[in-house]
Amino acid sequence: MHSNPQLSKNGELQHLLTIEGLPATLLTQILDTAQSFIGVTEREVKKLPLLRGKAIFNLFFEPSTRTRTTFEIAAKRLSADVINLNISTSSQSKGETLLDTIDNLEAMHADMFIVRHAQSGAAHLIAQHVAPNVHVINAGDGRHEHPTQALLDMFTIRHYKREFANLRVAIVGDILHSRVARSQIHALTTLGVPELRVIAPKTLLPAGVENLGVHVYHDMQRGLKDVDVVMMLRLQSERMQGPLLPSAQEFFKYYGLTAEKLAAARPDAIVMHPGPMNRGVEIDSSVADGPRSVILPQVTFGIAVRMAVMSILAGN
Amino acid sequence: MKIHIKNGRIIDPKNGTDAVQDLFIAAGKVLSVGRIPDAFHPNRVIDASNRVVCPGLIDLSARLREPGFEYKATLESEMQAAVAGGITSLACPPDTDPPLDEPGLVEMLKHRARSLNQARVYPLGALTQGLNGKRITEMAELHDAGCIAFSQANAPLSDTNVLMCAMQYAATFGYTVWLRPQDVHLAQGGVAHDGEVATRLGLPAIPSCAETIALSAILLLAKETGARIHLCRLSTAEGVEMVRQAKSRGLAITCDIAATHVHLSEMDLGFFDTNCNLIPPLRSLRDRDALRAGLKDGTIDALCSDHAPVDDDAKLLPFAEAESGATGLELLLPLTLKWAAETKIPLLQALDKITHTPAKILGINAGELTPGHAADVCIFDPQRHWKIEPNALKSQGKNTPFLGLEVQGRVSFTLVEGHVVYES
Amino acid sequence: MSLKLPDAEQLVSALAAQIKPRLDSGTALIGIHTGGAWIAQKLQQQLGLTTPIGLLDISFYRDDFARIGLHPQVKPSNIPFDVEGRRIILVDDVLYTGRTVRAAMNELFDYGRPASIELAVLIDRGGRELPVFARYSGATLELADNQNIELKKDKEDRLSLCLNQT
Repeated sequence: MHSNPQLSKNGELQHLLTIEGLPATLLTQILDTAQSFIGVTEREVKKLPLLRGKAIFNLFFEPSTRTRTTFEIAAKRLSADVINLNISTSSQSKGETLLDTIDNLEAMHADMFIVRHAQSGAAHLIAQHVAPNVHVINAGDGRHEHPTQALLDMFTIRHYKREFANLRVAIVGDILHSRVARSQIHALTTLGVPELRVIAPKTLLPAGVENLGVHVYHDMQRGLKDVDVVMMLRLQSERMQGPLLPSAQEFFKYYGLTAEKLAAARPDAIVMHPGPMNRGVEIDSSVADGPRSVILPQVTFGIAVRMAVMSILAGN
Repeated sequence: MKIHIKNGRIIDPKNGTDAVQDLFIAAGKVLSVGRIPDAFHPNRVIDASNRVVCPGLIDLSARLREPGFEYKATLESEMQAAVAGGITSLACPPDTDPPLDEPGLVEMLKHRARSLNQARVYPLGALTQGLNGKRITEMAELHDAGCIAFSQANAPLSDTNVLMCAMQYAATFGYTVWLRPQDVHLAQGGVAHDGEVATRLGLPAIPSCAETIALSAILLLAKETGARIHLCRLSTAEGVEMVRQAKSRGLAITCDIAATHVHLSEMDLGFFDTNCNLIPPLRSLRDRDALRAGLKDGTIDALCSDHAPVDDDAKLLPFAEAESGATGLELLLPLTLKWAAETKIPLLQALDKITHTPAKILGINAGELTPGHAADVCIFDPQRHWKIEPNALKSQGKNTPFLGLEVQGRVSFTLVEGHVVYES
Repeated sequence: MSLKLPDAEQLVSALAAQIKPRLDSGTALIGIHTGGAWIAQKLQQQLGLTTPIGLLDISFYRDDFARIGLHPQVKPSNIPFDVEGRRIILVDDVLYTGRTVRAAMNELFDYGRPASIELAVLIDRGGRELPVFARYSGATLELADNQNIELKKDKEDRLSLCLNQT
């Protein structure tokens, strides 16, 4: 009854809104395409002509530096014209609705919208509204999904671990409010990771999270035992204000990733974080900067992955 | 004006009637059922062959959006929608702008509604001033002005002491208090059931215990104060079970649910369908099945439309920012028939949930075709299929999760006090 | 209509013979993915070149991207030598409109400025839409618009040509 709004009738990707519901073949195609873009960054000319003449709007209704920048770099490497808009400070405060904003930008002949919004489903709403030749990439909507982050995470895991089929992966931290976690869970289960764990206190887990195909742990020692990949999540500082957690110190003591806790994982386990990190809250500096950390490569791969997504969408 | 409705299948739950008979109306009242009165010369004969003739429907919750929200709907448009849906009496919640907390506002609304000569409107007075949950209203004055009961609508009432005082005060005069059970703090910011779908979509959630905790407070206070309580829009399996237990202990409570919740669950949110942004939230399939069971066994007394017309702009927003509510007046009958057909419940029993029993809850002399009663009648074609589409609806609110659904049962005639106020 | 196709392996040898007298020490071969890469591999062996061959996947430079989108199996391009100032021979299986060669040259220039680029193809089937010329060509064939020639490689690495009708 509800068809997946990001796929066309013949299964082509029109928008990237969620990882949920995308077939493994498509995820793999995106990762493979991204692989081809990696070499481009090492050439004399780091640009490709694929999106020449296309207008890409970076539409950020929520502040973000890293995601916006990597999308911008990716678009520029593909020769697109990039327009950055931070809407939180402009029209929304003047009473213009989200779709008013979109209508206006479409009238300026936008070819692609990259949308970050505080509300879950905002990218879906925009995708349902735009003309058929306009593509939408969800760069994070509320607590819902952040698909390109999960894709770059998958790219990173594949880069270091080659296969998904034998991995034990743990996602640690604020699952409840995390769009990154939701996208990661869908991506990892779709790509065939046999054992996926989430580790968090009960106040930071959404109802029925097991139904997404994860094993729930409340204890780091047990949850990290023999894992190949540790994916840390950012803990928003405002979560400390409410009743969910008593203090950053106690959270760090029980759920922060330290070298000591990481010792439970496999010796070759990699540590990931979507950034920006809260050192001393969810991760210790010695781990973040340590030999198992692949946090900076994640950022580099993020550009190639976003180039892949943009060029696949623009061609469909 | 004398009307002869002939060859219709008369279904009158109050009197247990379900038979093809003729109905005779004179001077605004039901004159006779079955037997033609002596020297009856009708001004009009309505052929109701293959139609059901039943009491006009009674809707326990329809927001007419006046005063204050005329851009969403007007009394004119919504009263037309009501009679097009076969509804001849409706209760409207007090959450207008300003809220119905002053006799003048109530009199104005009653007057406006009466002048339209369509369905009868029974305002619910605000339980607290400005629905602020702090000070109780002048209930006796409001009652004299025409309020049939008192309600907090969907506005929060977190102070249990205020709630108890409101119940005691209402009990003093024998007024019924209508309450939708929901704990303010547990529901804060939530827009969807705390289950699988909200988890997947990343929507702020409302747990089932937000309903049951408030419900248990209401039930205990009802016992304590002796107030007559009508529970509005139950949504959880646990809530239904608590009401069942309370009733079996003899507590004087009644209870309704919205017709939408009989058919839909959280699954229908799909990809952020804002038409499914409803109060209370659509819950799990298990909850929906429990609502159906409660409706069947009488734990839940009545079905209502919970009509809340919303303009398109307020729905074309991200899910959590969209306004709650759906149009419902014209869907109450087909959704009730759909439930009856799916659960193989006889029409006589199903129609009771939208005629006789809600009339009893309101304490009005309606919802039956007993001779001598006002001739409020609904004649509908139970076989007629139609598709729920914006232009098939008279209501100014076109938003409903059922858009595109084909349903069965369409009203042919609606009579209020012996006058044909709608004919298709 | 039936058409006798030449033997692909013989054509490769013929190409090698054409190229050989004009080789110098710095010449590098670059094969266009996938058929051109196979041929370049064989040419490199037959010519005894020491410079490794380069590989180009021109998917990112196609001029019909807007119409047909990105090829679902893009292979990374790989040029394992410095392009700057080098003499380059581009190798492809079939030369038709010339658009693939145009795309390949565009991509090549993003790696640096070569001293010269020449083109070697197994089959020249005519039908050019761009001013492109193959200095080395195995055979020339006349084909109808609805026909195309495909280069295949079997398990023993032997190349063969086959004709498809659409």
